Order: sequence, then C-alpha cells, then structure tokens
Amino acid sequence: MSTTHPRRRRAYAVAGAFAAATLVLGACTNSSSDDDTSASVTKSNTDNDKSGDKVVIGFSAPAADHGWMGAITKAAVAQADKYDDVELKVAEGTNDVNLQISQVETFINDKVDAIVLLPFDGAAMTSVARKAMDAGITVINVDREFDSPFAARTTVLGDNYGMGVSAGTFVCEDAKGAKDKVVTEIAGIDSLPLTQERSKGFKDALKSCGLDVDNRVAAEFTVESGEEAASNLLQAAPKIDYLWNHDDDQGVGVLAAIKNANRDEFTMIGGAGSADVMDAIKAGNSVLKATVVYPSTQAADGVKLARLLVQNKSMSDLAEIEVPRQLKLAAPVVTKDNVDTYLPSAFRS
Amino acid sequence: MSASLQDPSLTVPAPPKGEPRGSIGIARNLGLVIALVVLCIVGVVTAGDRFASTDNVLTILRLATVTGIVAVGMTFVITGGGIDLSVGAIVALSSVWATTTGTQAMADNIGWVAMVFSAILVGAACGAINGLLVAYGRIVPFIATLAMLASARGLAEVIADRKTQIIRNQGFTDFFAAEPLGIPVIVIIFALVTVAGWFLLNRTTFGRRTFAVGGNPEAARLAGIKVQRHTVYLYTLLGTTCGIAAVMLMSRTTTGSSTHGTLLELDVIAAVVIGGTLLSGGRGTIIGTLFGVLIFMTLTNVFTLNNLSTSTQNVAKGVIIVIAVLLQQRIANRKT
Repeated sequence: MSTTHPRRRRAYAVAGAFAAATLVLGACTNSSSDDDTSASVTKSNTDNDKSGDKVVIGFSAPAADHGWMGAITKAAVAQADKYDDVELKVAEGTNDVNLQISQVETFINDKVDAIVLLPFDGAAMTSVARKAMDAGITVINVDREFDSPFAARTTVLGDNYGMGVSAGTFVCEDAKGAKDKVVTEIAGIDSLPLTQERSKGFKDALKSCGLDVDNRVAAEFTVESGEEAASNLLQAAPKIDYLWNHDDDQGVGVLAAIKNANRDEFTMIGGAGSADVMDAIKAGNSVLKATVVYPSTQAADGVKLARLLVQNKSMSDLAEIEVPRQLKLAAPVVTKDNVDTYLPSAFRS
Repeated sequence: MSASLQDPSLTVPAPPKGEPRGSIGIARNLGLVIALVVLCIVGVVTAGDRFASTDNVLTILRLATVTGIVAVGMTFVITGGGIDLSVGAIVALSSVWATTTGTQAMADNIGWVAMVFSAILVGAACGAINGLLVAYGRIVPFIATLAMLASARGLAEVIADRKTQIIRNQGFTDFFAAEPLGIPVIVIIFALVTVAGWFLLNRTTFGRRTFAVGGNPEAARLAGIKVQRHTVYLYTLLGTTCGIAAVMLMSRTTTGSSTHGTLLELDVIAAVVIGGTLLSGGRGTIIGTLFGVLIFMTLTNVFTLNNLSTSTQNVAKGVIIVIAVLLQQRIANRKT
C-alpha cells in the first residue's frame, strides 16, 4: 500500500541534480613557507625597556589544550605584565577559525595598536589579518605563517625544518655511520605545514648519513593521540633503534604506550622541550635521551616586537633601524650535557 | 486523497503545529527575545560602546552566518523527526572539494560561481546519501549520519592531503568580502536563507508535510505523504545549507580545509533546540532557531569583549541548553 506512487513529481526540495561530472578533483594547493635568514632574540636590557607611549595589544592564539600552547599564552601575558606601558587584551584561545576571525574583527573594532596572532590555521587567518593591517594595526604573526606577506608587519617563527634537522643530526651522530638502524617518527597534526616541515627536515638530515624513516605515524599533539599512535607504531615495528616524537605533550602518551609495551631497546628524542621531558633526560633512566627545543616564548617575543614597532623603536642589538620582517628562532638539541641551560625556560605540560 | 495531501493535518490525529501561534508559542519566543535582550544589556553594561556599535553587531552576524545557515537546514531535519551529526564534516568536505586546484582552474575558466556550485552540490549529495540511508536503508539517523561524519571528514582529508587549500580566485573573495550598503554579503545571504527557510516551513505544503512526518510518520503515511521520499528531501535540503555554509566559511577564511566546521554539529543542534524545535520532531520554528543562533553568538561576543574564558562560556552554554530543554518539556507536557 505504501509502495504505490501517484507520480506527483512537484519539485519541493532544493537541488536534485547530481552534476557530479562537473566536479573535478584536483591536486591541492598549499602554502609553504620559504626559508629566510635566522636570527636569535637576545634579552635587551637597553633603553628600549623604558616606559614609553601606551600600547594596546590584542592577543589571540589557539586553545591552550596542550602544554606548549598554554605556555605560549602564559609567556605572552607575563611579558606584557613587565611593561607598564603595555595593555594586553587576551582573547580566549580557540581552535575554531570562524571564531578566531571574529576575535580579530573585535580587535579591529576596538582600534588596538597591534595584534599578536598565533593562528589556528595561518592560511585561514590571512584575510582578516590583512584587514587589520589595512586598518593601520601592526600585526605580528607568530608560529603559523600567513600566506600573504601583506598580512603581517613581522613574523616570529620557530624553526620547524630546523627541528627536524636537529633531531635527524642527533640520530646520525649517535648511530656513528651505521646504516641498518631502524628509525621511526611520531609526527604531530599532519595537516599543519609545521608538521610537514619538521618531517622534511628529519628526512633530509637522515639522508645525509644514509638513514631513512622506517615507520612514521601521525598523532594530534594530544596525550591521547600520542598513546594511540605510539601503540600502533610499536606493534608495527618489533625492533626500533631511534624514535623521534615531534611533541613533548603528546610524548606523555607516547611514553605511556612504550611503558605498556615494555619496550626500552631504543633511544627516544622529544620535541618542543617540556620541563618534564628535560627532567627525564637529566635523570637519564628512561628511553628519553634528548629533545629538540621549539621555543614557547615566541608570542612573548611577538609582544615585545609589537611594542617596539608601535613605539617606533628599533631592535637594540641590530644595526638596522627597522624591526626585521621575520625572526626565526633556533631549535637546539637538549641532552644530558646541556639540560641545565634550558631547563629554566622550559614549559610545564 | 488529494485534499489530505494538501493538508495532512486534516487526517492526522494530533495536528502538528507550525510557527507557534498560540499563547504558549508567543511566550516561548518571548522567552528567547528576553534572553537575547538580557544578553545585550549585559553586553552594553560590561562593554559599553564596544558592544553597541554597528561594527560589533556586524561582527556577531558575520560569525553567525556559518552556524546560522546550517541551523536553518537542521531545523527541517529535526522537525521531520531526524538528526544529522555530519553537518560539520559535510561543510569541511564541501569547502575542500570547492577549493581543489581542479575546481579552482575551472573557476578561472568559467567564473568563480563554479566553486559555489561545487560546494553546494557536494553538500546536497552528502545530504541525499544521508537521507537515502535513513529513509530506504532504515538506519537510524544517529548512526547513518555518524558514519557520514567520519567518512566525509576522512574524504576531505584525503582530497586535501590534510593541507589547507588557499583560494586564489580574486573574483570569489572580492564578491563575498563586499559590503553593499554597509552590510556584508555573507550576512545578506544568511538573511535570505533564513527567510527562505521560514517561508518553506510555514507557508508551503512541503513545510506542512515536514511537520506531519516528524509528528507522526505512520499517520503521515496514511494521509498519503511519501514519508521516505520526504525524508530524503529533508536531508538533501540540510546538505544544501551545509554547502552554502561552506561557501561562507571559504569566504571568511579564503581557504578550504578538512579542519573546517569541527564540532559545528553541536553548536547547530544546540541552537535549534534552544530555539524551541522539539528533538522528537513534529514541532519546529525557524525564528526560534534564528534566536538560538543569535543568543549563542552574542554570548560568545560578550565573553570575547570581556576577555572571559571560553571554558566558562561553555559552562554558560550548557546551562542555557538545559534550561531551554526543561522549558520545552514543560510546554510539551502542558500541551498533552
């Protein structure tokens, strides 16, 4: 009874035609950053720190859902607190680009002097950053790069490619020319250019000593995803010599998986440089032997630079009058030998 | 037969209600208006001119476009007795499909409209698949759309290779970034979709059938409504709004990405439910949904202006949802 069709074909619903043929799948485009000159930030104890004109800075970053990102915001706030001429408006961290865009729009409405922006997705935040620049606001882009040079006055970056190179070089040196070592890698969120750069650096460095990545899995910078990815990896590779984990926060999960699997035949290298990992390196009783620093003070440097730019000051240790367009921070390897140097500036997960 | 097709409520025992007309309905919408007014007062008191400026209102509306447009479609599906968890994933897939180098090359040749059509077609196709699975595959909506959630986002990641695809077409970005008479194009589109949705739900046979199908599918079937076909239409309609929302997000971010629209389904369903649409189906209101979206977005804006944490904001959201549903149950009980 219910299957009889009276054939009343009136068009009620929207869109019936499947013109799938007109939809073409293509390869994807991607913004990749180009390598620029490196520079290291020095603590300036010069006239620059003297109180000047009042500067209102808007700050927005992704959700502090893991230690490194939390440390970014904390460091930025702490930096701003050191200056009595800086007012930092902190928008709550979000991983929703739509919301982050509206936060920047609010800063534009508020007519702040500068915006320090760590985008959830650099490409997706480019157009609103451009809008801010057009409105005469100094935009400092931190960590995840915009895809247009017009969208920021200055960009502060960690050296993601350099992190991979540092980790790879450490493996090469430790392997002492052996070509049969099993090298594995647990990457972060694969969709981010920073992850792709880290992996590329790691691969390139390994290549120079005849090694390659035997197993690679990607996690999502969270403890849970790190545990899951590491469990799978340990299943896939019964014997490992080296394991590079991109991120110390997901590393907590990675270590848990290693412990559960009762594995200790390999050397593990961390990434980002959390205080917990540095403690473990110092203690020397785990698979963790090194970590590669990815400075969590980038946004703090962004705040400092925003203040300099708005107050028309220059970077004191450069001969150049203008603040540089880009700063790429170094990615040093921390081992038992130098851990005491880096431990004080490390972040707690 | 044809008479009952025109107005199924004649033969359906409990007549399904459209836009609330009785005193209870007015009271409910009044509640939403009061909630929004209270939020606005809080905004003005705490943030002053920063809140009550044209720029800020436009900021709220721009933020609301994505959630709002999908919420209009979701109102239809929930009113029709269904639910769709895959809307965020469909938005992601549509945005990715419409921004591949292939689609963008096509857009360069025949105009940027190609990208818009791609997004809408992909959204509609995903919606239609959801509808077919639910209506003819007899899979419960929760599971069918959960499967779509996983596979659509997965497919988006495969197509985009988990990278962010940047829109190079200047015509596309210029058109949607324009602000004729000071009102952003995307806000105008949001308004048009809302008006069209209101008209379709309250002034057409399609809308009446939606209420009938959601209120009592068996009675609707006996009244001569093709329940299964109508269900497919509803999900396709929602998919279409996802496609439009993807275009909004593409214009806001100038990118397509497999991470777009993450957890969008929660915001959308929450907005629809606090608007007064019954999760069990049979009752739905576009105006309520619009208020639901505006309440959430204004809340977000007030929190942002006052530098308050999103964590507390989420607590506030949760409380609002619970209060709304409790009120709904009161009203539903009083009715029977």
